[in-house]
Amino acid sequence: MELALSAEDAAFRDEVRAFIVDNYPAEMRVPNPETDLTKEQSLLWHRILHKKGWIAPLWPKEYGGPGWTVTQRFIFEQETSRAGTLPPLAFSVTMVGPVIYTFGNKAQKKKFLPRILSGEDWWCQGYSEPGSGSDLATVRTKAVREGDHYVVNGHKTWTTLAQHADWIFCLVRTDPNAKPQSGISFLLIDMKSPGVTVRPIITIDGSHEVNDVFLEDVRVPVENLVGEENKGWTYAKFLLGNERTSMAGIGRSTRYLRKLKQIVRAEIPADDPAYLEFLRDIARVELDVLALEATELRVVAQMARGIDPGPAASLFKIRGTEIFQDITELTHRAIGNYGLAIREHPISSNRFMPGPDYGHTTSEKYLNARKLSIYGGSNEIQRNIIAKAVLGL
Amino acid sequence: MDIQFTEEQELLRSSVQRLLRDQYDFEARRKIVASEEGFSRTRWKAFTELGLLAAPFSEDAGGLGGGPLSTMIVMQEFGRHLVVEPFVETVVLAGSLIEQLGTSEQKQGIIPGIIDGSRIWALAWTERASRFDFANVATKARREGGDYVLSGEKTMVMAAPWADHLIVSARTAGDNRDRGGVSLFVVDRHAAGVNLQSFKTIDGRRAAEISLREVRGQLLGAEGEGVAALETCRDRAIGALCAEVVGAIGELNAATLDYSKTRKQFGTTIGSFQVLQHRMVDMFIAHQEALSLMQHLNLSLDAGDSGLSRLASGAKSKIGYAGKFVADQAVQLHGGMGMTDELNVGHYFKRISSINIQFGDPAFHVLRYAQLDAAA
Repeated sequence: MELALSAEDAAFRDEVRAFIVDNYPAEMRVPNPETDLTKEQSLLWHRILHKKGWIAPLWPKEYGGPGWTVTQRFIFEQETSRAGTLPPLAFSVTMVGPVIYTFGNKAQKKKFLPRILSGEDWWCQGYSEPGSGSDLATVRTKAVREGDHYVVNGHKTWTTLAQHADWIFCLVRTDPNAKPQSGISFLLIDMKSPGVTVRPIITIDGSHEVNDVFLEDVRVPVENLVGEENKGWTYAKFLLGNERTSMAGIGRSTRYLRKLKQIVRAEIPADDPAYLEFLRDIARVELDVLALEATELRVVAQMARGIDPGPAASLFKIRGTEIFQDITELTHRAIGNYGLAIREHPISSNRFMPGPDYGHTTSEKYLNARKLSIYGGSNEIQRNIIAKAVLGL
Repeated sequence: MDIQFTEEQELLRSSVQRLLRDQYDFEARRKIVASEEGFSRTRWKAFTELGLLAAPFSEDAGGLGGGPLSTMIVMQEFGRHLVVEPFVETVVLAGSLIEQLGTSEQKQGIIPGIIDGSRIWALAWTERASRFDFANVATKARREGGDYVLSGEKTMVMAAPWADHLIVSARTAGDNRDRGGVSLFVVDRHAAGVNLQSFKTIDGRRAAEISLREVRGQLLGAEGEGVAALETCRDRAIGALCAEVVGAIGELNAATLDYSKTRKQFGTTIGSFQVLQHRMVDMFIAHQEALSLMQHLNLSLDAGDSGLSRLASGAKSKIGYAGKFVADQAVQLHGGMGMTDELNVGHYFKRISSINIQFGDPAFHVLRYAQLDAAA
């Protein structure tokens, strides 16, 4: 399915396509780019996009954005996702960057934005805590003002790729007596500060994506406060609403569907009754993708006409993640007995992976994808958002 | 890809909306359904005067040239009001078959009668053993002079009791289920040898079992092209029926949401319960997805895209399941009231259930969608 494109937009699409083909680094084409690349390798594409001026599609031109229209941004997203390129680190470019250029002061913009664009600084997100998951407003990490510094104490968790991070943006409590939402501030903390400790959390797929981050008497200069003290909740909400459509993950789902079909054809004889069952299940999820894609195009077309898409991001997050979970589960089923094995990861120490190449990542993908309905605001929270904002409940 | 409707299309939508608001509320519909004939000739005349029956036909054929998109607009509104009049049967099914297959003489002889509202049509393709297979036809047709003579039994023919004319599929060659041996015929509903046993359907419409004994019919299209023509016609019908389902889903969601904000249990409105909120969010999402896919299908029908028939099957399945989900939940959330004949909710439930059977159920179409992919 294609957006009806103007001649300029079609030319832009061709330009993006050609750029990916010519420039995407071969060494990033590994079985599972999300877990198999070193920090340096995963930054290769980031640096190439930066050099081209395409690293921050959302950003206004004055801060280093490419000045694209809604349609061009969508085309870029669609093409990079269809081509299976590893998206640049969202915490840097999509999340903290826009908070800084929207709410930060001049010095902060000057200091941080160029380093985000260049990939020099790797950011992670200090939101969740052991006691604050979906109920984020109850964060307990404390920041107490002492002269020119805040002294921060607390425990952040589920911090994605903190092991690589140079900086962490944190929600911290600066007013313990205020109502939960109003005593929170948005603080930027250097990961090299004394008192910051990162401890890996290994997830059920055996990978090391997330971490605990402990903050013990960490001294943070006051100039690292973004915006006003105790207004952090507003900035955090802004950040969550920032990403509109990419959560649908159409390109990724389409690629994984193609692979699923390939595995089913190779693994299951056509006269096996299970073959028909797979055909039907695949067709149903393929139609889910098609309907979501049609919805995404409808929303993009509306946005291009200046219509506010409302909480469309919540819809895309819910359906996009449900669909990808279905696809990875079907793929894991399709590989049959080899679904018992899992590839080498820090925790499994497997040196050998049995079965055909095309099945080597099915177990880890199936397991890893369980996180999708939990992170980024669980799908239940997303349903709460739609219930309130759309249905008025 | 989002449809930015033209001024003409917006005008069509708002005029259908106004007409139905004035003349087709739920009480009016109840009277129409309970009337002896079971549909309203007055409303049919009003549809005619508004140009709805002319809307999709090409300008060459005397229509307004609105194509599938105008049908989509009309059907979405018809779905919201549970309109029972045989628009799909007459305009979409018979109309598109005649436009597609008819000789210029047939077109000139038939289409004006559809557009001016004087002639109602029904499509008789189902038989006792056919289920959803157009090729499974036992009714026979043999050539006699310039005409054909048909004998056999057709079953579950929607709108047949209202119809002046029928399009009948019959076997001109081959064995049962032989695709290439099925042809289509125009038959006068009142011709000698045509016998109808009429009855009411679950969605308040009328249908008939039809027996044909040596009935004279006129060939429509070439011999042996019946199945292919019916498949194309089904794609158009699916575009219309999906729009009807989307209209019905919208009304069910609105009614359910409204009810949840007023109905109190345990001292509070039931809409304050999270389990029901999340259910209604899923109903909302089902509506959004169905609407998107329905528009995508009708845009493809309008453009005559390749791979259309596969897409039609996919949409029939996905939107059928969506409609079923919403209808189930709407009845459930209305509790006992959802079960009553008095409330409109159950009537939407029944209409969606009927559409899910017509031209193949969601399970049939999801497999067809899968198999057309495997064949590609």
